[in-house]
Parts: sequence; C-alpha cells; structure tokens
Amino acid sequence: MSHPSMRLTRRQALLGLATSFTLGRASLALAAAPTDRRFVVVILRGALDGLSAVVPYGDKALDLLRPGLLMAQPGAEGGLLDLGGFYGLHPALSGLHAMYRANELLPVHAVAGPYRIRSHFEAQDYLEYGADHAMSSGWLNRVASLMPQTKGATDTAFSVGSVVPLLLRGPQPVGSWLPKTFAQPEPDLYARLAALHRADPITGPAIAEGLKERGFSAATLAGSDEPANRYAFQALCSSAGKLLAAKDGPRLAALEIGGWDTHAGQKNRLAGPLKQLDDGMVALKAALADEWGKTVVLVMTEFGRTVRGNGTGGTDHGTGSVAFVLGGSVTGGRVQANWPGLSSGNLFENRDLQPTADLRALTKGLLAQHFRLDPAALAHVFPDSERTTALPGLLRA
Amino acid sequence: METRTAHALIRFGLGRKGAEPLPADPQAWLAQQLEGPDPALRVPGASAEDGLLAIREQRARRLEKDGQNPIRSLYRAEQAKYVAHLLTTDVPFRERLVTFWANHFTVSLKRGECAATVHAFVREAIRPHVTGRFSDMVLAVMRHPAMLMYLDNATSFGPDSSVGSRQRKGLNENLARECLELHTVTPASGYTQADVTSFAKVLTGWSIEINKDPVGYVYRRLAQQPGEKLVMGRSYPEGEQSGITLLNWLALHPSTHRNLATKLVRHFVSDTPPEAAVRRIEAVLASSGGDLKAAALAITRLAEAWAPLTKLRSPNDYIVAVLRAVDLPADKRPPDVPGLMAGLGQPLMTAPLPNGWADTAAEWAGSEAMLRRIDWAYGFAGRASAMDPDQIGRLALGPLLSDATLTQMQRAGSRRDAMTLLLASPEFQRR
Repeated sequence: MSHPSMRLTRRQALLGLATSFTLGRASLALAAAPTDRRFVVVILRGALDGLSAVVPYGDKALDLLRPGLLMAQPGAEGGLLDLGGFYGLHPALSGLHAMYRANELLPVHAVAGPYRIRSHFEAQDYLEYGADHAMSSGWLNRVASLMPQTKGATDTAFSVGSVVPLLLRGPQPVGSWLPKTFAQPEPDLYARLAALHRADPITGPAIAEGLKERGFSAATLAGSDEPANRYAFQALCSSAGKLLAAKDGPRLAALEIGGWDTHAGQKNRLAGPLKQLDDGMVALKAALADEWGKTVVLVMTEFGRTVRGNGTGGTDHGTGSVAFVLGGSVTGGRVQANWPGLSSGNLFENRDLQPTADLRALTKGLLAQHFRLDPAALAHVFPDSERTTALPGLLRA
Repeated sequence: METRTAHALIRFGLGRKGAEPLPADPQAWLAQQLEGPDPALRVPGASAEDGLLAIREQRARRLEKDGQNPIRSLYRAEQAKYVAHLLTTDVPFRERLVTFWANHFTVSLKRGECAATVHAFVREAIRPHVTGRFSDMVLAVMRHPAMLMYLDNATSFGPDSSVGSRQRKGLNENLARECLELHTVTPASGYTQADVTSFAKVLTGWSIEINKDPVGYVYRRLAQQPGEKLVMGRSYPEGEQSGITLLNWLALHPSTHRNLATKLVRHFVSDTPPEAAVRRIEAVLASSGGDLKAAALAITRLAEAWAPLTKLRSPNDYIVAVLRAVDLPADKRPPDVPGLMAGLGQPLMTAPLPNGWADTAAEWAGSEAMLRRIDWAYGFAGRASAMDPDQIGRLALGPLLSDATLTQMQRAGSRRDAMTLLLASPEFQRR
C-alpha cells in the first residue's frame, strides 16, 4: 500500500463520504479476496436479546417469564411482524420482514457460540477468534487467507485504521474506514459517564451542561429517544455495499454496531438499535444492487440475555440468542431452530435460552456453501470444531 | 497497591506507566528522584545557539522565499524528544517540577520565533535548577535568549544610552514588569510603576546576538541606560552586574517566597491552598535561601498533599497519564501527541499569556472541554480495544479506582466502552 490515505480520500470522495458524520459505535472494516462472492459479518456488540428480536410468541411460557417485555401480537397495531405462526419479528425490523417475505432472510434461533461465559469482552473475543482461546487472527481473516492470492489483492485493501475488529485481524491485509473526526460514543455511554461524574462538584455539572449544549435531551440520555447518530450505521452499510459492489472492490466486510446491552428500560432502548440495524441491512442490499444475489450477510451477537426480566425493566447477560442470515441466495422465508422451549425445566441454568445450535455450525455451513471451503479449510477457520457439523441447506444451490 | 503508593504515582508523578514496578516506599521514591542531575539532560538537544542560528537562517530564507523552515524542523525534532521523555520517564516527580517551573517562567510559541529556543530554554534555564537555588534559576531564565526574545528585552534600549539616543530607540518594560509581577515578588510587595521603569533600565543591554557569530546572550554596554537607578528603595549603579545583584535580591525577597509557596501548594495540594501548608513551604524557602529541592521535599511531607484526587488533571497531564497507563506497542500509539494536546485545549509550549497555564480546575473544566476528553478517550479506546480495561484500571489507579466506575465497566457492552468508562471516569480526570 504505497499511498493508502490518498486512495482512501479518493474513494471517500467518490462515495460522497468525505465529510464529517460521526459514527457512534458503528464501524466498518474490509478485506479483498479473489472471488466475485461477497461475505459480510455484522457483530452486534453488547448481547442482543434474541427473544425480543425474534419473539417466540407461540411459546406460552413467554407471557409468564417476561410480562413487562412483551409486544402486541401480530396483526395488532404496532404488533409483531409474523414469521409463520410461532415467531414474530420486532416491529422495528420491517425491512428485514420484507426480506423474509422475499425468502431472503433466514433467522436462526436458540443459537450460541461454544463458550458458556457471560463476560462481554471474553465472549466477543471468542466469537471473533472463532475459538475459546486467544489466537493470532480472527476467523474472517483466516477465511481470507484460504482464498488463493492474486497479486493485485492489496490494491483493494484500505488504509489500516485503528479499529479493525478482532474478527478481521491477522496476517491478511485488512483496511478500515472511518471519517477523520473523533468518533463519538452513543448517548447511552455519555449517560453512564454523566452518572459517574454526577457527584463530582467540578466535572459533574460541566459534563451535564456540555451534553445539554450538544443537544442531548434528558429523554435521549434516559434511552427513551432515538440515538442522535441513528443514521451512522445506515451510512456505513451503504458505503460498505458500494465498495463491495465495485468490480475491483473488497469482498469481505466486518461491520459492528452497539447499543444492545439493555440492562434497564429494554423496551425503549432496544427499538433504536434494531431500527438502525434494519435500516442498515436495507441500505446494504440497495447499495449492492445486482450483487445482492452473490452476497451472504451473517448477523450475530456474543450471547443472549436472561429469559426473565430483571428489576429494572431490562435483562441481564444470558446464553442463547438469535442470528440472521441475509442475501439473495439464502433459503429464507423460514425460521431455522430446534426450539428448546421456555418452560423452566428447559432453560439453561434456569435462566437463559438453551442453545440448540452452534454459531460455528451455522458459519461453517455458510462458508462451505458460499465459498466452497472443504472440511479441512473449515477446521482451519474454526479450530477444534471437527465435531460441529456444518448446517446444510442454507443457500440455494 | 496501597492507596499511598497509587496517590504518589498520580499526585506527584505523571501516572503509572503500564505495569512498571511499584515503589516500596513512596516518600523515599519521591526523594530519590531529586538526587543527581536531571536524566533528560543526558539526551543531546539543540542549544539556544543552535536555535538562534536557525532564526538567522530562517530570516534569510524568508527573503529568498523558498519552502524550507529551519525553525520548524528544529522545533519538531526537540518536541518529539520532549514528548517521548514525558511518556517514558522514570523520574516523573522531577518532570512535574520541570513542567511547573517552565510554566512559572512561561515562554510561549505565541511569539513565533521562540519555537527555535523554547526547548533549549527548558534544558538550559529550567532543568539544571529544579533541584537547585531559585536565584540561579531566575538568573538563567532572565539571561536566556528565549526569555529575552519572548518578553522583548532583547530590543529594549536605555533612552539616553548611546544606541538609544543615536537610533531613537527606547525602553521596553515587558520583561521587568513580568519578572516583578509574575516571576518574583508580585504586586503584594508594593512596587510602583517607577520601580518597573527603573528595573527595565537596569536590564537594558541584556540582549541577544543573532546576526553575527558568536550568537547567544550578549550584554550591550552601549544600550545600557546611563546612571544610577533606584528600584524598590535600593540604588543600583550602571552596568550589567546591577541586574544580577537586583535579581538575586528579588529571588530572596519574602514576597517571592510567599508567591512560590502559594503556587507550589496550589499545584500539588489544592486549588485553594491551605494557609498552613503555604506557610510551611514559605518557611522552608526562607530558611534555605530559596532551595527548590528542599521546597519540593517539604511539599511531599505535607499531610495535606496526601489527600487523594483533589486536583483536576490539565489536558496535557490527562493525555500523558492515559498514554502511560495504556502502554500501547509503538505501532499503535497515536502518532501526533502534540496534536492531541492542542485538540484538548493545551497546545505544548503555547500558553496564551506570560502568566502561563492556569492551575485550577475551574479553568479546565469547561463543559465542551470535558466532553472533548470523553470523545478523545472513546477514540483512543478504539486503538486499545485489544487490552483489558479492568487490568489497566487496577494497574493505573489501584485502590483509587471506584466501585462505581468498576461496576459500570463490568456492565459495558464492549471492551471499548469499558475502556472509555475507565479513561473518562472522574478518578482518571483527577490527580
């Protein structure tokens, strides 16, 4: 990469993205690969409550376990978007629902990685290493390393930024894209810091005043309003789509978006990030245009949340959650799950959704069917996963 | 880590560097740092003479209008060494004293050509005297080309001197006034405008040679105002030596000791210096003849100086503490630390006025200023996302890391958020 920053500037100009919107917790990293197939991984950092995103409203135990977190049934105003009579999508996910109806969205429920820990950081690390121990590369970087390398490959690598996620770190050249201005945290993080500083006679009032001056309403900081930078993820998805669609563009992308750690006020706090995710996926599809058929998107989170609500209208760290697979060749229009049931004997450690599918099995299935990776290659991507069989039938042949 | 140890590293130092070994005896650790010469002086650096030659070259080039900028090149090289020293020094208490005294005797890039000599100023006029006598520091400062240029004494002429009368040039009171008001006795001593003017006359001829070799400080006899001068009730004959005698007298003046004691206590103890503590330091300065090492040691022995986290870190202190705590590998470090400092409101060596950077929280805790710290911490946390915020918090703050912050960190949705919560926490803003 002789002049990465110049190339980046030119690309930004091409995309009309040269200026200064801020990105909150969203970020984008890309890598080249000699293929015309595109693969996008979206990490939902902070643990998505799968039972709120894809609600098993047909499971009657749900009403007893989380009465404060329920949404109206399908058909009612502002109600769930039905997925075939047992599951319903959160009403903020209308774009995903349209893809479901076009057989381009496959929700995979009761899924989790092989680890059983409830620390965000460790779980996110393992999710991205593709192993339950630290490695020198993330699994998506290992996917890139398995593709035969062409000499032009680095031409499509981007300026190496500071925030390449673990998922894509490793020996294969990777780039990340961020505008030059300081990225700003989500309102929720400002709110937490404002609370920590509240008792400080000097910094407390200064931070409270500063947030007011920047136009954060009390409602925003309490999480009952949409985040100020709600278009950031959508914009990133749109640029990701345009870059991936380009003839000589990158082929692998890692996106991430935060805001899922809903320990309190979950009903209010979750709608915003879900809407951002939905808008982002719609924008990605639109930007990929004709290449959507050659694209697979995997949306996943580090773990799920407790089935029962906690004392503050939220949920705590759990185990099983939901993942989404999107794309023009996905065998969508159905929910893939071996549903474990929510009655108390069926919960994991009597608190969490019992995982019945392994995220590695799902990912291996996608890599096998999309990139034709053989079992040896898949074992390189996910070490110690030989006994986890790739899920079949995820993509149309 | 014991509270006293954590506090010593933070209050008197620049913040712990990564997992560097902890001192067994914090008090002894502080005292040891004041022994021997400043280790920063072992690293070669550009001298004031080098700087003056760069100015000469720059002035010539400006006429030729080419793109070279010898002053900027020299400044950047010196600045890089200075920043590296801040981030890595293992005598951080001494470095804090260097920063304190360099700020007391501010030379600022607000006067552009001072860039050529400001780092030499710190090396030559400040560092050698931080553990020496205040009178020696004052003299070194007042004869240093950087200060003579910054406060205009280089171009001050006795109106009745042979140069002044021939070239119709006159007095510039700037250095004399700031020396009385800021550096030494302060208006509390009761000096008058006549004293300022007379002092300026005493200092006439204290100048710099730039245009011909050898460059450097020069006493221009023909610029000295002729005759005797009366300053604060004392009489001084014509000549260079009178300035030296007068500065020595000012350095030992009780009002000067009061001024220095108040500023030292404000810096190391509290925005509102406790009277008893000020008196203690004042007494040490008076009885030791202005021994700055004795004063620094006395500060570390004040009971009031061991109340944790009473002071807000200035932006630069904050950035340095973060970069030391999150000890990133070289390729991950922010490439432009001076740029960060400017971004958070305290550009290096660029205090707005001769009274230097403020030393109270009220001056730094503006609402937007605090949010910029948070935003910077968030941006920086993105670089450090492979590191363990919990561990860094415990290493850097020890028992000063609050349960409230720790709880929020453990609840954070990502390692980056947890790192942001740590670095932007109330305790990390303070020292």
